[in-house]
Amino acid sequence: MSKAEKIEEILERYSYLDSKSLIPILQDIQSELGSLNEEAIVLVGQRLNLPTSKIYGLATFYNQFKFEPKGKNHICLCNGTSCRLKGAKWNMVYLEENLKLKNGQTTRNGQFSLEVVTCMGACDHGPVISINEEYYREVDPEKLKHIINDLTQE
Amino acid sequence: MNITIEVNNRTIQAHKGDTILEALNRNGIRVPTLCNMTNLTPSGACRLCVVEVEGRDTLVTSCSHIVENGMRVMTHSPRVVRARKTLVELLLANHPDDCLYCERNGFCELQDLAAELHIRERKVLRKSFTQKLDLSSPSIVRDPAKCILCGRCIRVCDEVQSVSTFEFVNRGCNMYVGTTMSRDLNFSSCIGCGQCVLVCPTGALHERQNFAEVMDALSNPDLIPVVQIAPSISVSVATEFGLKASKDVNKLLYNALRKIGFKYVFDTAVAADIAAVEMAAELIARKGNGNNLPMFSSCCPAWVKFVEQWYPDYIPALSAVKSPQQVMGSLIRNYFAAENEINLSKIFSVSVMPCLAKKFEAQREEMTTRGLSDVDTVLSTRELVRLIKLYGIDIQGIEPQHPDKPFNIRSSSGKLFGISGGSAEALARVVYHKLTSKELNDSKITEVKIISGVKAFSFNAAGQTFTFAVVNGLKNIHSILPVLMEGDVKLDYIEVMACPGGCVNGGGQPYVHEDKYVKLRTKAIIEIDEAEGIKCAARNPLVKAIYDDFLGETGGEKSKKFLYTRYSKREVLL
Repeated sequence: MSKAEKIEEILERYSYLDSKSLIPILQDIQSELGSLNEEAIVLVGQRLNLPTSKIYGLATFYNQFKFEPKGKNHICLCNGTSCRLKGAKWNMVYLEENLKLKNGQTTRNGQFSLEVVTCMGACDHGPVISINEEYYREVDPEKLKHIINDLTQE
Repeated sequence: MNITIEVNNRTIQAHKGDTILEALNRNGIRVPTLCNMTNLTPSGACRLCVVEVEGRDTLVTSCSHIVENGMRVMTHSPRVVRARKTLVELLLANHPDDCLYCERNGFCELQDLAAELHIRERKVLRKSFTQKLDLSSPSIVRDPAKCILCGRCIRVCDEVQSVSTFEFVNRGCNMYVGTTMSRDLNFSSCIGCGQCVLVCPTGALHERQNFAEVMDALSNPDLIPVVQIAPSISVSVATEFGLKASKDVNKLLYNALRKIGFKYVFDTAVAADIAAVEMAAELIARKGNGNNLPMFSSCCPAWVKFVEQWYPDYIPALSAVKSPQQVMGSLIRNYFAAENEINLSKIFSVSVMPCLAKKFEAQREEMTTRGLSDVDTVLSTRELVRLIKLYGIDIQGIEPQHPDKPFNIRSSSGKLFGISGGSAEALARVVYHKLTSKELNDSKITEVKIISGVKAFSFNAAGQTFTFAVVNGLKNIHSILPVLMEGDVKLDYIEVMACPGGCVNGGGQPYVHEDKYVKLRTKAIIEIDEAEGIKCAARNPLVKAIYDDFLGETGGEKSKKFLYTRYSKREVLL
């Protein structure tokens, strides 16, 4: 199924289409296609009768919407107060130095993507990261190196 | 109903439902604002209009607060002035310090405000914003570094033009004004009307300058620079030269342009007359066979691009006659050049327009003669003013002159093309004259009410009823199209001008911050029309002479070749 068909199918699910359903539609598209793209914005705009600039403005406003596709391993790195105090920054530095990965980016080979989040609700175990919904506690660069190595070898 | 409020310990009257700002302005108290625009939704983004209201802990934005009876307001208390000063200092924190080299130097609201609040040093310094200059559009240049995020361009594009090219992208300190997918303007839905340029308080949006090309051509001995000047210019520039706002300086401009070095100076109103005659023939033919009615005007290039993008189904309904600028351009290349035995590649054809979309229109590939653009380059009214000042011409001290032959006599209806409703009026006069050989006067015209925001009138000629509608501000087109589709109202002609009020309020006109000036310009054009003798384009002896001499008959083979064009669907990111 092509991307356009998939988007059409998602739009079909919303029997009552107006601008109120914009965010749920975008969420659905993102969860099924991995990210938003120009094609999605244009199709949604046509269907909801909204200018694409408004949809793009909204999608860039919220952190949850991405225009870069997620990597095979999507890393969520907590930078909330607690994790930050315990040294989450060094994990970020490690990723940037070793994988050339900054917040919101995906590595060229599509293996890893990074999203810095503000709290994952596990403050007493910080610094916390999650990779593809699997959680890792008390992560320091040494531990992160092993996790990444394991994932690359898989 | 009137409300009494107390401002700076004096009582003033306000209307119920007024914002505090409106009440203050009506009573001659000026409060600075960088984001407010009359008649559009207040956004409270710049916060410079803050005032102190007794009983409230925080300062309130006067642009978005409605007056209440007995309110006590302080507009210039030390606390308020300090707050405003800090706000401007913060706006300047990442604003480039290149005022001397800025396009907007001297017309910048931020600059004025910084001077007014006596800001003499940079107190806050933030890393400047790195986003590239967007030079992609032939009409508008965007410099995001100078943007202060007031959102005026966004609101004008949404609420007046319904084009919605711009929107705030990202959030917080990363926010900027951008287009869909942060593309360049020429890939966006921008129609180039330039209303955003008129409202931008800084140099973040300005017109694409064609100044240098004109200067080069003027100093090139091999070229023959020829200029045409649009009908609405002469009533819009007087204040720029220290004259009374509504004064018509047409004849002075002809002299000034000759002094600058243009060999031939023409009046675009003559081309408007020819376009009106052609459009009348086209309309009568369409009315005869019932096809492609109502006919939409095609004088406004921003509107034409709007149709090509959003309503390609309506392209056949657009009048196929070129806009007056292009009619004149084509006649200069094809008729004037041959008459005067000039090699057409030697002519450098400049047009001075109140419009930024005309810069785009002149570049369209449909508008060429043997590979040469009919109009080489387009200057905006503002550029014309600069040109005149640069060449040191004292407008007040020169003699009035007339335009050159063969385009030197216009009817007053040609002048009407500069205001909203003018091209409809001009066309009505020709249609009536064509069918009855008599003049159409006001008593034969009846106003028709269709929907709000759209004026309409009808008249009878030779047993047929013609109904014309007038739309300005593209937002209003959305209210008329559904009515047309339902078929309840039969319309014959719809004149659409993108800018509210027509070309007198075009995107290339001098910056004015009050509606008053636009009204004065409109009034000046109406007065010219009332005072003059030849009111109908068909009665203009020059138009007849050009047809006898060169074009043959209206709608004939030569007219089709030189005066008609075609439009096609345009793919952009809508």
